Amino acid sequence: MPDLSCREFIQFLDDYVDDTQPAEVRAEFERHLKACPDCVDYLKTYRDTISLARGACAADPSAPPPDNIPDELIEIILKSRSDGCA
Amino acid sequence: MNEASHRDTLDGESLVDGLRNGDGNAFEKFVRLFAPRAMGVARRVLRNEADAADAVQDAFISAMSSIHEFRADCQLATWFHRVATNAALMKLRSKLRRDVRSIDELTPAFYADGHRVGPKPAWAQAPDLILEQSERCQMVQEKISQLPEDSRNVVLLRDIQQESTASTARQLGVSESVVKTRLHRARQALRSMIEEELVGA
Ligand SMILES: [Zn+2]
Repeated sequence: MPDLSCREFIQFLDDYVDDTQPAEVRAEFERHLKACPDCVDYLKTYRDTISLARGACAADPSAPPPDNIPDELIEIILKSRSDGCA
Repeated sequence: MNEASHRDTLDGESLVDGLRNGDGNAFEKFVRLFAPRAMGVARRVLRNEADAADAVQDAFISAMSSIHEFRADCQLATWFHRVATNAALMKLRSKLRRDVRSIDELTPAFYADGHRVGPKPAWAQAPDLILEQSERCQMVQEKISQLPEDSRNVVLLRDIQQESTASTARQLGVSESVVKTRLHRARQALRSMIEEELVGA
């Protein structure tokens, strides 16, 4: 079997990161990483990107909804709808 | 979102039916139930009360024009959260006068021998040490807002709302393998935009 190329490494990187590959495929990815600093860098920055995306606009699901939403805003939204239907 | 999704499951079906049929009472209930959540998201993205209020209005307009696409086997709260986040990001993008970027141009190119074209060294910082927290969130929100809509929707559901691949596929009406492929390409594009910001183009 020919060695994994960087193109293949990146193409299937999501499966590597999710750890959904069969053991022998994963071993091949590990071997590629030992020999390829470019892909080590790519893997680090790909993982960082996922955690940056998770942290951005993150809603805290346990936080209560803000109660300081202006009544006028609710009225404007309700009015815009009834105007649209008229 | 627990409280909203709980009430949503109680009578979500009749609420959705009412919205689809243009029932004014259903719309009022929908607005009162979900506007506070939408406002929370919009404030986090826009940090400005007037812009956030505009984004919330946009979210409801967008929701009403796409309610027919909402699938009965999905959570209304999950669906609306994505719609509201999208509305806030679109407002941010227009405020910052940014354009949608092409995924093809942001995913890596390779030579015939399989090596990547123009690799750059990884940024040195751990993700939580990139910029100050609020600037970091703003930077990433800006980049997500520049993804094309299909890619952005997958990132919103999978990475931000942390929905499963199966749930995301149902929400968007595509197969799980399409979700996987789109997410991988969207993350690669986002990675490139963040790299431009931190390491240089
Ligand atoms: Zn490589």
